[in-house]
Amino acid sequence: MISLGIEGTAWSLSIGVVDEKEVLLVENDPYIPKEGGIHPREAAQHHSERIGKLVKSVFSKIEPDKIDVISFSQGPGMGPCLRIVATAARVLSLKLEKPLIGVNHCLAHLEVGRWKTGAKNPVTLYVSGGNSQVIARRGKRYRVFGETLDIGIGNALDKLARHMGLKHPGGPKIEKLARNGKRYYELPYVVKGMDFSFSGMVTAAQKLFDNGISKEDVAFSFQETAFAMLAEVSERAMAYLDRDELLLVGGVGANSRLKEMLEVMCKDRKARFYSPPTELMGDNGAMIAYLSLLMFKHGYVTELKDSTVKPDFRIEEVDVSWE
Amino acid sequence: MLQNSKPERIYLGGEAEVRIYSDFVEKIRKKKNYRVSDLDKILRESRTRTEARIISAARRNGVPTPIIFDVQGEKIVMERIKGEPLREIMNTELSRKLGELVAKLHEARIIHGDITPMNLIYSKGMIFFIDFGLSFYDERIESKGVDLHIYFESLKAYFDNWEELKEAFISGYKSYEKGGEVLKRAEEIDARGRYVERRMRD
Ligand SMILES: Nc1ncnc2c1ncn2[C@@H]1O[C@H](COP(=O)(O)OP(=O)(O)OP(=O)(O)O)[C@@H](O)[C@H]1O
Ligand SMILES: [Mg+2]
Repeated sequence: MISLGIEGTAWSLSIGVVDEKEVLLVENDPYIPKEGGIHPREAAQHHSERIGKLVKSVFSKIEPDKIDVISFSQGPGMGPCLRIVATAARVLSLKLEKPLIGVNHCLAHLEVGRWKTGAKNPVTLYVSGGNSQVIARRGKRYRVFGETLDIGIGNALDKLARHMGLKHPGGPKIEKLARNGKRYYELPYVVKGMDFSFSGMVTAAQKLFDNGISKEDVAFSFQETAFAMLAEVSERAMAYLDRDELLLVGGVGANSRLKEMLEVMCKDRKARFYSPPTELMGDNGAMIAYLSLLMFKHGYVTELKDSTVKPDFRIEEVDVSWE
Repeated sequence: MLQNSKPERIYLGGEAEVRIYSDFVEKIRKKKNYRVSDLDKILRESRTRTEARIISAARRNGVPTPIIFDVQGEKIVMERIKGEPLREIMNTELSRKLGELVAKLHEARIIHGDITPMNLIYSKGMIFFIDFGLSFYDERIESKGVDLHIYFESLKAYFDNWEELKEAFISGYKSYEKGGEVLKRAEEIDARGRYVERRMRD
């Protein structure tokens, strides 16, 4: 069985095709803001201009007849972007006469991670631009045990980067600078149970920079503080739930310092740490395709009337009937 | 105290190693190898200090907590509370009682910081608060609202009947003079962090 998935909740526009064994192909055409952060309308404009070409390119590599399921990210995400992708998926589904499945974007990150790493019943740390959550399954639902009380870690990194004059996306640039940081400056460390907050930290780090502290030291102090918070809440969730697996997913999961910290934390408590290959970490169409395949095999389909986008779709809303 | 006896159980928590002996408990904030040593030192020292201080303050305000026997550097030695974690025996009556106790904490400006059914032990007909590692003093409605938000989220995560447990808690918490205001804020916090808003705000 083969599924095609379209992702476009924010900056990423991506189509993936997977079968039960592997990812067959992924084609990306991301929106990159000229300046500042992501503008939802600009991003949607980009998606609508490029989606046709991207579909064509995919179908030059795989026969449309071979596809069994058409899927798309139904949410959470930016409304204008979601609508472009949903429309494209509906059109394809009608034209090819294949069933349509709208999937939860966060769940797709998580399930593709489990698929590619073999993690069974992990605590999952999901870190991206807008999302930062600690998730674990309880019965037929995934539950969010902890999350950011304000902005996601990716947005926090981008904000700090912009303030220091670095272009979008700032995350990788901060990571590089941090490698040459030498001195640790204390920043507000805000953990509340399994919840956490980054906005106070961003302001404090921006102030450090304004007071003449080097970019390297600011980046270093920021990463060390923010990632220690994420490691702490992950460890707390593992202790509470008595789980010995941690799965890292989401775009910020590509950061090697974050990975290293979580690896050390897991090793020290004799737990296993998992993270999927980098190309499946960030937003991508393959994860949408994979989740829809899983859902299709378990009897899910999305009727046209139920295919409207859900900008604030929570992972907790999805009934999970697979293992 | 029997310094050389063996612990019955060792619990590796989010921030500390907790050694449980027959009559006492050692909570040791060991070095975390994943974080830079400067930050590690700051967190271990400050949390041990506030925890010991606030555990005693809470008891003075009528909230059951273990008696502190000793504090040595990063180690707290305290009374062992023999009982059941609230998580195993949770019901509406207990949740209501808990609401009354949290009201007392908040009246005394104490924010617990991690109110979950795992950090509460039921013993001798009382609910004991055991983990003040993330606690602090604060008068603001916002901090108290977050404190409740954390508890409500943990109910959702652990119990299918979370709605009635939440209602029961609320009825107990209303004994606090500013209870209504804090509860309203907790609801706002619930709605606030939602994805779209967050992403759009950037
Ligand atoms: N005084 C006590 N009497 C009996 N049991 C205790 C006591 N203190 C702690 N425990 C047990 O140890 C466990 C962990 O304790 P505590 O919550 O203080 O540690 P922690 O490392 O701060 O945990 P976390 O950070 O994961 O919340 C508790 O859930 C409880 O089962
Ligand atoms: Mg605890």
